[in-house]
Amino acid sequence: MKTHYGIYGGQYVAETLMAPLRELEAAYEAAKKDVAFAREFKGILHDYVGRESPITYAKRLSEHLGGAMILLKREDLNHTGAHKVNNTIGQALLARRMGKKRLIAETGAGMHGVATATVAALFGMPCEVYMGAIDVERQAPNVERMKMLGATVHAVPEGSATLKDAMNEALRDWVTNCADTFYVIGTVAGPAPYPEMVRDFQSVIGVEARRQCLEKYGRLPDEAIACVGGGSNAMGLFAGFLDDPEVKLVGVEAGGKGVASGEHAASINGGRLGVLHGAKTMLLQTDDGNILDTYSVSAGLDYPGVGPEHCHLHDIGRAEYTVIDDDEAIAAFDAHCRFEGIIPALESSHALAEAIKRAPKLGRDKILLVNLSGRGDKDMENVMRYKASSANSSQV
Amino acid sequence: MNTQRITSAFAKAESENRGAFVAYLTIGFPSLDESEKAIDSVIASGADIVELGVPFSDPFADGGVIRSAAYEALRQGVTIDHVIALAKRVRERHPETGLVLFSYYNLIFSKGLEKFAAEVADAGIDAVLAVDLPLEEREELLQVLRPHGIGYIPLIAPNTPLERVEESEAGLENSFLYVITVMGITGARAELPRDLAGRLDKIRAVSNLPVAAGFGISTKAQAEEVCRHADGFIVGSALVKRLAEGKEPCLG
Repeated sequence: MKTHYGIYGGQYVAETLMAPLRELEAAYEAAKKDVAFAREFKGILHDYVGRESPITYAKRLSEHLGGAMILLKREDLNHTGAHKVNNTIGQALLARRMGKKRLIAETGAGMHGVATATVAALFGMPCEVYMGAIDVERQAPNVERMKMLGATVHAVPEGSATLKDAMNEALRDWVTNCADTFYVIGTVAGPAPYPEMVRDFQSVIGVEARRQCLEKYGRLPDEAIACVGGGSNAMGLFAGFLDDPEVKLVGVEAGGKGVASGEHAASINGGRLGVLHGAKTMLLQTDDGNILDTYSVSAGLDYPGVGPEHCHLHDIGRAEYTVIDDDEAIAAFDAHCRFEGIIPALESSHALAEAIKRAPKLGRDKILLVNLSGRGDKDMENVMRYKASSANSSQV
Repeated sequence: MNTQRITSAFAKAESENRGAFVAYLTIGFPSLDESEKAIDSVIASGADIVELGVPFSDPFADGGVIRSAAYEALRQGVTIDHVIALAKRVRERHPETGLVLFSYYNLIFSKGLEKFAAEVADAGIDAVLAVDLPLEEREELLQVLRPHGIGYIPLIAPNTPLERVEESEAGLENSFLYVITVMGITGARAELPRDLAGRLDKIRAVSNLPVAAGFGISTKAQAEEVCRHADGFIVGSALVKRLAEGKEPCLG
């Protein structure tokens, strides 16, 4: 079992969680070797999620930019509208296999919460989701979706009342109820084996995209680009190309109002090594080691840490990590709506913005593969509010 | 100067035919000054060892009482440096009391491990406990604590196998086993689990270090019950709660 990625990762948890982590490791190792598990996982991804998801050539946008060809991996077309469900199906299958009776999850924007509530309904398991009180307010439609799917949503009012606090509360639940409860973590963060397990469940994105690109274009992409909050959609995409050194891997962090402003969520570009939620990783923190609030127009990237494997890929130079700020993400969001008839999630808009920056500098024979990790219906209100407030401030 | 104060505290309690009293306080709550007075007060009321809780922004192993105290301390700007400086003052007044720095690991790691160990040693702190630093990850910290003769306190949970108890105490000196009584987070419980006595007996049978039980202990009766099967008891939330109510931090 892989617990560390270079100096990152590990199992920095309370002693009470070591036994459940051992149990989980053993169950996951056994499941990995079991063809029946893989078959059932694939079957649900096909019949229920609607995989495989296509790759779409963003023709009008690419031609408008006049450079590289932009391809979109369409995770937005999955059932529930994002990549998150690939992972929750994997973990729920594992939970059932381990005889766990109850699912818990943390959620920020609510997408992972919805994806967990969805599989809980599918498998007939009770589900409780922890969500920061501020996020509950900001993401009301997703709260309603979770409730409609039968989950109980707990608003967490303390700390900064956002994703990290939701994760703290989920850990408190798990440490108390681990005998019968499975904690479904939504990203490639947390203690081992979560980073590896979530990456593996999400690797379907990269594995499919690699094959599709070869089939359709007879070659691999030159660059694979994805947004990074915790980093699960990016790790899923990168997993397909780690052994192809000619494919450049690009992770895009949320720059918020700019890294210099301090109001951002760019842990690799603007953070410092630390330990949180079970892993040693790059963290946004104060000089004395308390965790900072993060900011991004995209709630799903609003996490002060990042998956340990990303930090390692950054250190060894296998992947590069860039920053896209709010304004650039919103511009990319608009461009995709108008040129391609696709409303992207604000998270994914960060990856799209990076592609828009890069494409004109590259020849028409180059391919940029972008993970369109989710659809943007959930973001309508945020985008309108953002535009209204920037219109106001530009008038001043 | 006595450098084995944790070991001595348990030996002294044993010679007096009682369990050692380990008191936890969140430092900076209700304020730094009041914390310092509260430490004097728990020592006067019989605490053999004081755990100095460092407030952290993300206290995921704590119940409501200690969390609220930590948030209040943070609001007042209390950092790990304040806690170490306070320890140094307490040490001057109380040369024999065992002092344990009780923290989440990021606060320690963030300071730089070498610097942390040197400052902790200089302050006269005897041992360190990091809530989220299990056996698998602790070596990097132990390496910097050892040269200064600072102990490390391992946590033992209800689901920790006995072989792991032995691994957890291997190589540790001036320490004790902190046995967590219940599955879950810190905070008072009306009743302690029925299998606790049996579990403590088993742990004591394999352990070379003193065994103290904590989490959920809030009354003298519970402490006495626990000490029939342990070398000491730890009280945290119950003391912090009394401070929150404006009362003296002592056992009800």
